[in-house]
Amino acid sequence: MSNTDFVLAIEDLTVSFDGFKAIDALTLYVDRGELRVIIGPNGAGKTTLLDLICGKTKASAGSIKFKNQEMTRLAEHKIVRAGVGRKFQTPSIYENLSVFKNLEVSFPRGRSVLGALGFRCTDEVKERVQSVATEIGLADALDTEAGLLSHGQKQWLEIGMLLMQEPELLMLDEPIAGMSVRERELTADLLQRICKGRSVIVIEHDMDFVKRIAHKVTVMHQGKILAEGSMEKVQADPKVIDVYLGH
Amino acid sequence: MDAFKSWIARSGTGSILLLALLIVVVFPLTMDIFRLNLVGKYLTYAFVAVGLVMLWGYGGILSLGQGVFFGLGGYMMAMFLKLEASDPEATKIQSTPGIPDFMDWNQLTELPLWWEPFRHLPLALIAVVAVPMVLAFIISFAMFKRRVGGVYFAIITQAVALILTVLIIGQQGYTGGVNGITDLRTLLGWDIRSDSAKYVLYFVNAGLLIGVIALCRWIQMSKLGTLLLAMRDKEDRVRFSGYDVAMFKVFAFVLAAGISAIGGAMFTLQVGFMSPSFVGIVPSIEMVIFAAVGGRMSLVGAVYGALLVNFGKTYFSESAPDLWLFLMAALFIGVVLAFPNGLAGLYESHVKPWFARRKAPKAAPAAVEPPAAPPPSPSQKSAPPAALPGGVQGQSA
Repeated sequence: MSNTDFVLAIEDLTVSFDGFKAIDALTLYVDRGELRVIIGPNGAGKTTLLDLICGKTKASAGSIKFKNQEMTRLAEHKIVRAGVGRKFQTPSIYENLSVFKNLEVSFPRGRSVLGALGFRCTDEVKERVQSVATEIGLADALDTEAGLLSHGQKQWLEIGMLLMQEPELLMLDEPIAGMSVRERELTADLLQRICKGRSVIVIEHDMDFVKRIAHKVTVMHQGKILAEGSMEKVQADPKVIDVYLGH
Repeated sequence: MDAFKSWIARSGTGSILLLALLIVVVFPLTMDIFRLNLVGKYLTYAFVAVGLVMLWGYGGILSLGQGVFFGLGGYMMAMFLKLEASDPEATKIQSTPGIPDFMDWNQLTELPLWWEPFRHLPLALIAVVAVPMVLAFIISFAMFKRRVGGVYFAIITQAVALILTVLIIGQQGYTGGVNGITDLRTLLGWDIRSDSAKYVLYFVNAGLLIGVIALCRWIQMSKLGTLLLAMRDKEDRVRFSGYDVAMFKVFAFVLAAGISAIGGAMFTLQVGFMSPSFVGIVPSIEMVIFAAVGGRMSLVGAVYGALLVNFGKTYFSESAPDLWLFLMAALFIGVVLAFPNGLAGLYESHVKPWFARRKAPKAAPAAVEPPAAPPPSPSQKSAPPAALPGGVQGQSA
């Protein structure tokens, strides 16, 4: 495939599970610095798409290019090292470790076995942990065991762990699921701050939240893209209303 | 001073020193050489248990085949000692003098080529650690790269233990078969059967054990230790934070294998023989029990577990030999059901709070008097007081 200016270029991507095409010849481009929201009914293939980009699921056909580098055959950890961060749907943090340790472990240095043995928590690391913790509103909770955080704080912590890696593409799978109204507002602000200088893909169902944050919306249905564009445009699209938004 | 004190508390140096005091000073002073040699033998099992703490407790990888590596280490040592004991002078009644007796009995007329390196002590010592570690690397690399884990991995390690036992017993001419390699006498001319040698070997063994524990403690406190714990809980999160999870598991497995092998070699030196009965499934499972009883998150606990279970085994198998296996099984089930963190867990949950309660009234007035403690500065705040999760904090050494 041709080289592009997009940070992420997905072309003709297909994955089938025993003949069922969860993603069907999908083409999607994401710009640098863009905050893209993917919406769609359950089973549309949204999470599978993220799984494919981060290497958790292997594509049957097609290509995924991140900064013009082919990702489909790379191992998961190499995709991460290339600059793709992914947050899982349920908060996936190390419950037994302190918030500080959770963030420290995510610092992108000492990633090999020997590197991890020789890793020292330098002032640089501490400063970075401190600044990320401030960003996600957990600066006062650094010594807290992560398992004791509230659900919303856990979600933020996982976002913080991704920020530690300074990814150029950040993928968030339903980041506000289970959050209170206030927490949703804070998360929206957080997302608007962190999408400066990097691209973000968010999967979300909450339309008010999507309206608030999205630069561009992609609607998926049965493994394909149904519509793409600004929130207003997508909302007015009869096909979208038909399969997803309802009358 | 306070920083040093907190480092001592965090690193568990205190509990390691206490253990060192017990096995280096108390045991030698209170026991005769026969008993001490027995303790030395138990302590060689403790190597395996310590390895299991790293592998199973920290890495979350249960191996039921650690006897393979213990046995291989022991065999490497035994091969060297056997060759030294089989000089042409000592074996002149054989049809082929100069080769180990069991080879002669099996109609071998010359030393197999792969035995040759074991004529040299340095090569043999390298082989003691290297051969088990290479085997461990091959097994674990093949398994973990394919994401085989959990019960399946445990079953495969069992299969390896069984295969190696069958191989050793079947290849009698090369390995000594079911009898193993026996009648070992000297190490570079130094008689290892004498009392003085037994003393020296005991202390070498104790020193190595403490060294290994310190090494493991250092690994636990490094980022690698944190990563092992993190992997155990959320493997995918570690993988998608840019780590090659398989290689960290391979490291834990190879480390545990190397440690077990040192124990095996020290076993051969202190007990004077090596046989397939230390390689197979049953001894491998017993070694898991040592670690479970001691506490699988605690390096020091694993040593106490190995000592306690073996004292029990010796005592009960003398007084009620038929009952021992049942007792052992009951012990294992009891540990898993009633106190999953073993002795170290009991210490954490019961003994320590009890001490704390007794100490509290005395410490209280002192704390009231001077407002000496400076307010925590931001730089201190960002460094967490505990390097380890609360649940396993103190018992981890």
